[in-house]
Amino acid sequence: MAEFLSEYLWPLVLLILQVVAIIVALLIAVAYLTYAERKVLAAIQLRRGPNVVGPFGLLQPFADGLKLLTKETIIPTVANKVIFITAPILTFGLSLAAWAVIPVNDGWVMADINVGILYLFAISSLGVYGIIMAGWASNSKYPFLGALRSAAQMVSYEVSIGLVLITVLLCVGSLNLSDIVRAQQGLWFVLPLFPMFVVFFISALAETNRTPFDLPEAEAELVAGFFSEYSSMSFAMFYLAEYANMILMSTLMSILFLGGWLPPLNIAPFTDIPGPIWLGLKVACILFCFIWIRATFPRYRYDQLMRLGWKVFLPFSLFWVVLTAGVLLYAGWLPGQS
Amino acid sequence: MTIQEIAFYIFSSVAIIASLMVVSARNPVHSVLFLIVVFFNAAGLFLLAGAEFLALILLIVYVGAVAVLFLFVVMMMDINFATIRQGFVRYFPFAGLVGLILLAEIIFAITSIPDVGGRATLGGVAHPIPDPQQVSNAHALGRILYTDYFYVFQLAGIVLLVAMIGAIVLTLRERPGSKHQNIGRQSYRSSSDTLQLIQDKPSGQGVHNG
Repeated sequence: MAEFLSEYLWPLVLLILQVVAIIVALLIAVAYLTYAERKVLAAIQLRRGPNVVGPFGLLQPFADGLKLLTKETIIPTVANKVIFITAPILTFGLSLAAWAVIPVNDGWVMADINVGILYLFAISSLGVYGIIMAGWASNSKYPFLGALRSAAQMVSYEVSIGLVLITVLLCVGSLNLSDIVRAQQGLWFVLPLFPMFVVFFISALAETNRTPFDLPEAEAELVAGFFSEYSSMSFAMFYLAEYANMILMSTLMSILFLGGWLPPLNIAPFTDIPGPIWLGLKVACILFCFIWIRATFPRYRYDQLMRLGWKVFLPFSLFWVVLTAGVLLYAGWLPGQS
Repeated sequence: MTIQEIAFYIFSSVAIIASLMVVSARNPVHSVLFLIVVFFNAAGLFLLAGAEFLALILLIVYVGAVAVLFLFVVMMMDINFATIRQGFVRYFPFAGLVGLILLAEIIFAITSIPDVGGRATLGGVAHPIPDPQQVSNAHALGRILYTDYFYVFQLAGIVLLVAMIGAIVLTLRERPGSKHQNIGRQSYRSSSDTLQLIQDKPSGQGVHNG
């Protein structure tokens, strides 16, 4: 019995505590991201934004959450019930699962697996299932069109994201996320690989269905896209997942290009600030750009979106993979090359 | 019974049940979704065997790309379920024959692998499996693919390229009269190319161009 306790029970309890810690932190971050988005959009459009609930409207996200919780969940009679209910759960679950491998500081990671970056890539490519299942199960034309658009869009932009990841991995020589950050000790990858950073940023916008690539939920043509038929908590789950994915993509971008938890300069005043705060600051900067872009750019037309993904980003990032590999090999900078 | 064994039985039994559901589900979309469940459990089995790289590549390639397009096509098709079931009896002998041939081939392939030093090998070259504690999956696979099987690997790439070009050739139709957007030309247009200021006459006399 004592062996059972020490070998299975305590690790399990520890694991559950870690999971709860990550999820609670993430949900609070999501709540305040929606608040930040409304405030930033309001400031850009010379409005005040939420300012009634709590001081400076700080309790607004919780009021919204409570409102959604108490509403009635409507399931359309012609919908395929099992898949209709599974879709938002799947989307939300996947957006949480990805956080298991994210390192927030040196050694602060729940699962320090060898193939961390592949795991993230796999999880983000699974995200399309929630959307396509929701669109099909709703048995309604606007959600279905939204789901088809999104499936094509996410598959297209994943190709360029994959090639950007390969470029970074060539410079690191490891698939482990902590190793990727450690490899940027002297120089953040954003400087030598700046074009890839831009390609990754735009592809991340497309992958998270944000403006100017929010065609799956283009309200002017498709009502609300794939979640038109969803209400109450099932809607809230899609909403939470979308914002959690935004934070995930920003974190991934900070880890791949902006040195994760590392301070900008390795000298005294910067190194005194703990790593997670640096990571948080970098993520916040990228998220601000996400919101800024939403307030600035009009939506892409669908054929232009596809053209950008396949005819511009794919050849360009493929060229950079070859170029990076060539330069690393020629200069003898390949990791593990003697 | 260790956790690994329990996990193995869960993954394999779910995989078998889900693959039965793939062929028996009435709705083709459900079939594809069950197929995805099978892929997931296969990935889980790879993980248990210590092949984490293969497990995630399976998820990325098959679940993330192939099955999405599959689902895409199946959802778009207008399928009449009655006609599908009518054909079942007619096609059963042929399908059964194909299945039997495949089964025989798999058994033949497995039994004919030469056994070198207690470890099954392919092509007669013995590759000692490196210690997973020291060499990661990706490194071990890369070493074998890019050294011993370099030309075969390149050949596989060329086969895929031919398939890709074939798919494009089959679907590319020259449609006369279809209009394309030339983004470069559009961006280089300036207002002086398109706008013309016409001196207007006093009101009531109309506009005369040139």
